[in-house]
Amino acid sequence: MRNIWTICRRELYSYFVSPIAWVLLTIFALLSGVFTYDMAGLFVRAGFESQMQGQSFPMNINEQVLAPLLSNISVIGLFLIPLISMRLFAEEKRQMTIELLVTSPIHDTEIVIGKWLSAVLMYGALLVVLLADVAFLFIYGNPDWKPFLTGFLGVLLQGACILALGTFISTLTKNQIVAGAIGFALALLLWILSWSTSFGSSPTVQVLNYLSIISHQDTFTRGVIDSKDVIYYLSMIFLGLFLTTRSLESLRWRA
Amino acid sequence: MIQVEGLTKKYARHVAVNDISFSVEKGDIVGFLGPNGAGKTTTMRILTCFMPPTAGRANVAGFDVFEQPFEVKKRIGYLPEAPPLYPEMNVRDYLTFVARLKNVPAAELKNRTEQVMERCSVADVKDKLISKLSKGYRQRVGLAQAIIHNPDVLILDEPTSGLDPKQITETRDLIQGLSGEHTIILSTHILPEVEAVCRKVIIINKGRLVATDSVENLKSRAGVGNAVQIQVETGGQADVIAVHQKLEQVQGVKKVLDRSTTGEHYVFEVESLPGHNARADLARAVVHAGWNLLELKSPYTLEEVYLSLTGGPAEENAAVPAGVVQ
Repeated sequence: MRNIWTICRRELYSYFVSPIAWVLLTIFALLSGVFTYDMAGLFVRAGFESQMQGQSFPMNINEQVLAPLLSNISVIGLFLIPLISMRLFAEEKRQMTIELLVTSPIHDTEIVIGKWLSAVLMYGALLVVLLADVAFLFIYGNPDWKPFLTGFLGVLLQGACILALGTFISTLTKNQIVAGAIGFALALLLWILSWSTSFGSSPTVQVLNYLSIISHQDTFTRGVIDSKDVIYYLSMIFLGLFLTTRSLESLRWRA
Repeated sequence: MIQVEGLTKKYARHVAVNDISFSVEKGDIVGFLGPNGAGKTTTMRILTCFMPPTAGRANVAGFDVFEQPFEVKKRIGYLPEAPPLYPEMNVRDYLTFVARLKNVPAAELKNRTEQVMERCSVADVKDKLISKLSKGYRQRVGLAQAIIHNPDVLILDEPTSGLDPKQITETRDLIQGLSGEHTIILSTHILPEVEAVCRKVIIINKGRLVATDSVENLKSRAGVGNAVQIQVETGGQADVIAVHQKLEQVQGVKKVLDRSTTGEHYVFEVESLPGHNARADLARAVVHAGWNLLELKSPYTLEEVYLSLTGGPAEENAAVPAGVVQ
């Protein structure tokens, strides 16, 4: 445990003394701010309109603001997350600092988990910005916090999952940009798999849809924690970290 | 402290290290010598548990590198050819991180870090970013990193490469200062370094062990122990022959070789018969004949040994596929 934290701490240090963390935070703050403003604006306008027409439609801030906001954020995540994970091992390999890590009394799994954890925390730091936006909705409105919490958990799990795959990709190259590009392509692929549902409902399509990373978000934003989706995310995280550990091991045999 | 038996490392297309055996006693400083691509880095990487050997055994501080890598790693300090530094960190944070990584107890972190910074003279830059440091400082931070957990064995891969002469001397002094507490293996292809620092030499070439002995033994073994190099200032080409003949007439001289010429300066190498030390006679002979004796010294003999063992100048062997994967 101590070793994992040692690795994780150093990675966080690197995120925050280099521009990466600050650039990502800025981009994310801008995007999530715009989205929150948009969603809330639409909601308020719809409220005015229904009042002026003298009708009262049932309005729900959770379904009309928070749920679409979270699903937008999860899509932004697909684009930003490869930027978080791309440097994890690629940079170590380029600077040859990997030699320090693998000749220290520390297990490969500890290195891998430590690095992945730091990336998850970095992504968590981005989501804290979202919390600040959402806090306004809670101050001026009265949303139900439980479905938001599950939705938030879903976004975090999805992020952790792509980060695990991104960490693996980062072990394959010395070049951050290459790792970032492949990570981005993979995230995009996992996203558009869900579009296959428009081709009917054959078993193949169902499998593809289950594999899609985005199709597991909806239940979370509706306030449901479905074991099927949790298992999907956890098994993807496990797969990513397992492949990373294997790749790190093979580096020794090949080096 | 270190026992290596039949160590072999094969890659897909070539053999980087081929059946190497040697042992290093506690407290020794051993020079690991060989041309580029001879397998020095590969051997060191096996000893530090970076990679496993294809065959053979290596035992460090009583533990097998393959069976108990954790115990070995705890007792070994390693400075790779490129010091493993994170440029975005400052020196103190970096060393604290390495200390944690090497299981230095939390209570001693601060102390150990301060100590090694003093020891390696990097205390004056402790708050600087590593990316801003000069090469000499980086190398010393690399050394500090290797000794931070007070390991029994230190493995240094070309610790002075790329440094300027002053930094080389400082680094050598530092390494010598460390020799009391640690057993040290350092690789290099700079021969004066081995003579200056090491007590024992291991020479490998093309993945094979060619010699392992003390520096003195190696010299005498190659039979170049009583050669003398003389530099003389003469009037011209005609004189060279005269000097040559004169030197040959000195008692105890076996052979005289013309080495090189720079302007009016001529260099001869004189080999005397075993048991004779003809240096005083040689000097007298030159001066009496009216020539100016500029220099009289032992030629660089370890180099001769090295070249004779590795079969030619180091550059020729550089084309051999390297066991070093960058």
